[in-house]
Amino acid sequence: MGGRDTDIVLLDENGIRCDGRKVNETRKVTIKAGVLKNANGSAYIEFGDNKILVGVYGPRDVHPKHMSDTDTGILRCRYHMAPFSVGERKNPAPSRREVEISKVIKEALEPAVMLKEFPRTAVDVYMEVLQADGGTRCAALTGASVALADAGIPMRDLVAGCAAGKAADAVILDVNNEEDQAGQADLPIGYMPNLKKITLLQLDGVLTPEEYKQCIEIGIDGCNQVYEIQKKALQDKFFASGEKQ
Amino acid sequence: MSGERKRHVIPGEVITSGSYRAEQNTIQVGDNIVSTIVGLSDVHDGSVRVIPLTGGYMPKDDDLVIGKISSHSSLSWTADINSCYVGMLPASDVFGRDYSSSSDDMNAKLAKGDLIAARIVNADMTRDPLITISGRELGKIDSGELVKISPNKVPRLIGKRGSMIQMIESSTNSQVTIGQNGLLVVSSEDPNGLLKAIQAIELIEEQAHVANLTDQVNEMLESKSE
Repeated sequence: MGGRDTDIVLLDENGIRCDGRKVNETRKVTIKAGVLKNANGSAYIEFGDNKILVGVYGPRDVHPKHMSDTDTGILRCRYHMAPFSVGERKNPAPSRREVEISKVIKEALEPAVMLKEFPRTAVDVYMEVLQADGGTRCAALTGASVALADAGIPMRDLVAGCAAGKAADAVILDVNNEEDQAGQADLPIGYMPNLKKITLLQLDGVLTPEEYKQCIEIGIDGCNQVYEIQKKALQDKFFASGEKQ
Repeated sequence: MSGERKRHVIPGEVITSGSYRAEQNTIQVGDNIVSTIVGLSDVHDGSVRVIPLTGGYMPKDDDLVIGKISSHSSLSWTADINSCYVGMLPASDVFGRDYSSSSDDMNAKLAKGDLIAARIVNADMTRDPLITISGRELGKIDSGELVKISPNKVPRLIGKRGSMIQMIESSTNSQVTIGQNGLLVVSSEDPNGLLKAIQAIELIEEQAHVANLTDQVNEMLESKSE
């Protein structure tokens, strides 16, 4: 699998990628916690050109009632792309892809969130992609775990997301849209940095066992970098200054 | 081993390691005690806990809460207690053991929208928490102003051994009933005192993270009384 033909030079002779990054460099990530008033917890994340808003509600009553579980709380996630998030208008109805991403993000967050503490309730996570540029699932996952912490939902650890991949025969960190389209492989990783556990792992493309190992390694490294930014976002919101007016 | 400084922690952060008991909002991972929420860590007498800075109210046994009657069936009322669970107030708690749904009128005692001061009897999470209104200082609330604050800031409002709330009550000549769920009822004969007490509570809610809050509140209470 060689990816699609493209005019873009994915990696030049100096090892610089199409957006000016080195192979092991992530895009610029900024996160702000607590941006929405009406949600219990929220976060806004910019992951390169990805812009995602996350709102968290709960724990709260489960509706419809039959979904509730007497042993544990449930986690429900909705990943949605705004019609204006991509070049061509995106139909706002949930697509196959969005249903899949909602599911994998839910499963990536579940090991972290301590749902057993709230039986018969639901925690709802709404992720709204305002602008997409490749790697939205990792960005949404990263934002969602900050929003959950902001809502005060007990978690074993934060979950940080970052993708690794392969483009122009080189292993790269944090795959952007061009590299995803024209590259050879994309491997999104969700990772709990303190527990050192992977909660999300997908692979689109073909990697040799050696490349796969390398991808995991730099992917985890990327997650650790993202985690530092998540940490800072929460610290900025809650511990910013003792003398706030 | 008390007196270790309180630290800001976020979920997943290691607070300490070694032989400590993991209490409120912490878990043990291997040898480490890890926080599960955003808050202030408190290591005290071999136990570790985290005081939350965010999150909703979770019913606990023996908590005094203020609730609003939201509906009733033939056997019990349900009350909104500002939590993800609703409070269940059995009719027999009000009418006594010989309660009969045919002869006693539940609406006459407590109607929808009524405020009650209640105590949580049983909060084991397997079913909605059971509450009671029989007891001292419990029952229907007839007068006063309802104020809502974040449940995490209730301990700050009460202060060390009740110092903060006593100061507000005495200097504004008002009575404050504090529900652990973040709902408060403030009542006073003097409308100015009432207003000032509410302002003081709002100040505490806003400035809960500031160190010498007691002085600030005291200053505010005194400045307005002239």
